[in-house]
Amino acid sequence: MPKLLTTEQMAEFASSGCLFFDALIDEKTNKEFLDDIGHTEIDKVDTVQDYYKNIKATSSIPRIPAGTPLKDAYPKNSPLEKIFQNEVVDGAIKSLVGDSTIIDHQFLHITFPTKYFKQANQRQMSQQNHQDSTIDPRNTFDVQVFYFPTEVTKEMGGTRYHPGTHLRIVNEFGIAKYQNIKGQKSIVCKPGTIGIFHNGLWHGAGVNFSENIRYMFKVRLQPTEKQELLWDPEKKYQPLPNRALYWTDETKDKTINDILMQSYPWQEADTNRLDKINVVKFWRLLTGHNKMDVDYWLTRIENELY
Amino acid sequence: MAKRQKVLVLYLKFPSLEAEVISWATFDGTGKKLHMTGDSDEPPYPTGLDALLDGWRLFQASQAIPEHPGQEFRTSYLKHEFFFEKLEEGDF
Repeated sequence: MPKLLTTEQMAEFASSGCLFFDALIDEKTNKEFLDDIGHTEIDKVDTVQDYYKNIKATSSIPRIPAGTPLKDAYPKNSPLEKIFQNEVVDGAIKSLVGDSTIIDHQFLHITFPTKYFKQANQRQMSQQNHQDSTIDPRNTFDVQVFYFPTEVTKEMGGTRYHPGTHLRIVNEFGIAKYQNIKGQKSIVCKPGTIGIFHNGLWHGAGVNFSENIRYMFKVRLQPTEKQELLWDPEKKYQPLPNRALYWTDETKDKTINDILMQSYPWQEADTNRLDKINVVKFWRLLTGHNKMDVDYWLTRIENELY
Repeated sequence: MAKRQKVLVLYLKFPSLEAEVISWATFDGTGKKLHMTGDSDEPPYPTGLDALLDGWRLFQASQAIPEHPGQEFRTSYLKHEFFFEKLEEGDF
């Protein structure tokens, strides 16, 4: 039975563009996945080329044509089928991209440790920040499911990401010149962790200074239906009214609106307001409440009388 | 003695040098330090003005470009970009 996301989790996704489920996949499935991809111990392979050669020769991950329904993609009882049938993963996917989602692409990301760069006399650098694929002005969004089969330590770099950037429309590596962005985070996690990114979230692979290989298996999923209240099939969600813009009776209850209106340390003072407006617009699409607003941002400028 | 350029790029919270740094990049033409993406979580200076006070010379700043009509709410790249340099002499 899929465990659909809560409205709080959906609001977090709308605001930050990402969700994480720590150590969700069990040890046995993680081990089976490593066997399936053709994992080789690092001391047995000396070059990146040989590592890939080995993976290509031994991997049993199926070739999946773009547009394949997720439910038909992975063989019965394979580790990837088990991962996508996990009630939390299944519920999150159904909540975000629906029941009939299709696979855009899958990819095994490997970040190699220092040993390989030293041997090849190459400069070891982190991957620059980017937004995946290409410039994407849709209201519809895809999700990228990130699966980490092994532990990722701080030394291993981790996938760097920038919460709240997903609604900024840029052209792939057009953001590569931003070496560091205030509030940047790296995915340091236990084995079996799942991350789900909005396709627009800015990110990049951190440099791996450890002695081990770092893996991340990514599957990009597209919806085939409108992404409206997919997490709330009984349509119970009702927006809160606009609150006062000045108050002294501070309440401690965190509401959905507080989650939606989070600010991020990298936002400019002026554009931060547009970022908030775009989160409200995104929430309108997700909930189907086309007039809802938070903190009067859109109501104010929709008061056009001419 | 040769001269090499060090470049510091700061992105600020608003378009004035006294504004807080929100993003930064450093490229060291002396070859003494290799900077790369994600290599520091804290900015080198709190504001653009602090970089000037430490001897960095400003050589380029982003222009204020009005939003295109109909595209006023579209957000994209970081807006307030300032390029600084330092020249260093040495045997490189």
